[in-house]
Amino acid sequence: MSESVPGRSPSRRAWRTRIGGATPYLLLAPGILWLLIFYVVPVGQMFLFSISTGSLETGFKLTGSFDAYTSGLSRYGEQFGHSLLFGGIATLLTLVIGFPVAYTIAFRGGRYKNLLLFLVIAPFFTSFLIRTISWKILLGDEGPLLGTLKHVLNVIPNDVSLTSTPIAVIAGITYNFLPFMILPLYVALEKIDIRYIEAANDLYASRWEAFRRITLPLSLPGVFAGTLLTFIPAMGDFVNAQLLGNPQTTMIGNVIQNRFLVQNDYPTAAALSFVLMIGILTAVLVYARVLGTEQLTG
Amino acid sequence: MTAPRGAPRPTTRLMRAIEHRALPVFTVLALAYLLIPIVVMFVFSFNRVDQTLGDGKFNYQWHAFSIDAWLHPLDWTGLGDSLYASLWIAVMSTIFSTILGTLIGLALTRYAFRGRGAINSLIFLPMATPELVMGSSLGILFVATALPPLRGSPVPTLFPFGISTILIAHIMFNISYVVVTVKARLTGFDRRLEEAAMDLGANEWITFWKVTFPLIFPGIMAAALLAFSLSIDDFIITSFVSGTQNTFPIWVYSIIRNALPAQINVIGSIIFLVAVLIVATSTLRSGRAPR
Repeated sequence: MSESVPGRSPSRRAWRTRIGGATPYLLLAPGILWLLIFYVVPVGQMFLFSISTGSLETGFKLTGSFDAYTSGLSRYGEQFGHSLLFGGIATLLTLVIGFPVAYTIAFRGGRYKNLLLFLVIAPFFTSFLIRTISWKILLGDEGPLLGTLKHVLNVIPNDVSLTSTPIAVIAGITYNFLPFMILPLYVALEKIDIRYIEAANDLYASRWEAFRRITLPLSLPGVFAGTLLTFIPAMGDFVNAQLLGNPQTTMIGNVIQNRFLVQNDYPTAAALSFVLMIGILTAVLVYARVLGTEQLTG
Repeated sequence: MTAPRGAPRPTTRLMRAIEHRALPVFTVLALAYLLIPIVVMFVFSFNRVDQTLGDGKFNYQWHAFSIDAWLHPLDWTGLGDSLYASLWIAVMSTIFSTILGTLIGLALTRYAFRGRGAINSLIFLPMATPELVMGSSLGILFVATALPPLRGSPVPTLFPFGISTILIAHIMFNISYVVVTVKARLTGFDRRLEEAAMDLGANEWITFWKVTFPLIFPGIMAAALLAFSLSIDDFIITSFVSGTQNTFPIWVYSIIRNALPAQINVIGSIIFLVAVLIVATSTLRSGRAPR
């Protein structure tokens, strides 16, 4: 297919040489500069702030002290734990819910495939905050769910509450990031050549065996991509914990946001952000090493 | 297909039952889980919420049916301004990030050059970084240039928080998504079409505008739509660089401590309907989405 036609190669070479040279760098320059100045430099700046001491009034001095790290990690270890725990559970839940859904759409969707995919991404058509507020309405003490159970069906006592619990936070995170899990899983499953599965069946594999030894391994790239797309934003989220949780369920995102915007304690905010970033990038690099980055960057 | 081999094994029957009965039911339930909050948003946009009443200011509980919020969708202090700011930032950041990202996408797909791996990593990193980290680091950059500078470097006050800092941030996080989307379109591009144009005497410039650009235009539009929707919905990064400037998400987040107007649900419903309309028309127009 992609064999070059001999008669065409001179003109292709001419195109390359005439435009070559500086052109790619000129095309790259504006966007890459933007990313360098507003993505790379801030990370360096953040590191400098994390080893500085001072306050907004006295100014910040670069002292090279790692106090912000030691005090930050010892004071907010629990919140880091919450992020890992809630983010981890929510990621697992999205996988458990998302895999059967992606499988069904990919293999049994038929002519409804596009409609089903549309329904999966429909939540993205409205605002992240408003979706989370809808959850708060839905789970509220007198809301559509508990209100009905309490006063119409009379099946649960009046003092049962779902909001301001870890369960509500996890349900909110799971809800908000579920499409990020389903889509890559669907892409991976959809790509599977159905003839592999038929071949397994012809070779006397049971349906379960065929699933375990063909479908599941071939879907792994989707599992990895989906896990990352869910876990990364979940770890850094503070909206769900703020709107659906209570002071005992605060995540590291809430701490960083509070240190930064309310206390103006930039060194601590910077140190905690830096730890979060290094932790997540390490995890991503390990995954990418296993899979090859092309898988993730498209 | 599988040849019949006597009676199916019990596990086979179980698997078949799961595939034919349990999976579709499960999928319907999962889709309901995804869609119910949208239904709640829509239904509660018809709730009567009174700006003056204590507990009635919160749209958490059903009070009474009313189309008041739909008749006065901007009738809450600060809502109109924040929405206007959000739209303006979304349009501007979409234009800039689409241009910058498309140029990068072109460079990455059609030229061999040194440092391609590093560029690919730089594009990928912002998408793998939690928004929180990008927001706080960018915020710290702006703070640092506005404070007595570190190490006595002569950097003056550069960036007071406001529309410009939000715009800078939105362009930054949009670029990567534009690059990935445009690249996907360019990868399947048939270079022979360009060669044909050049064989027929067109120069590079004319070839680009008459052949290349029209062919990759759908990809650019898709990237622009993605950038617009990411920008207009962004809360986490914006919250670190907005200062006192409101955008719609920032306004929503700040007001829900004191009130929850039904107008929020109205705006959310309108955004939802517009987005659905855009997707529906573009799907109908292009027939089946080209791969």
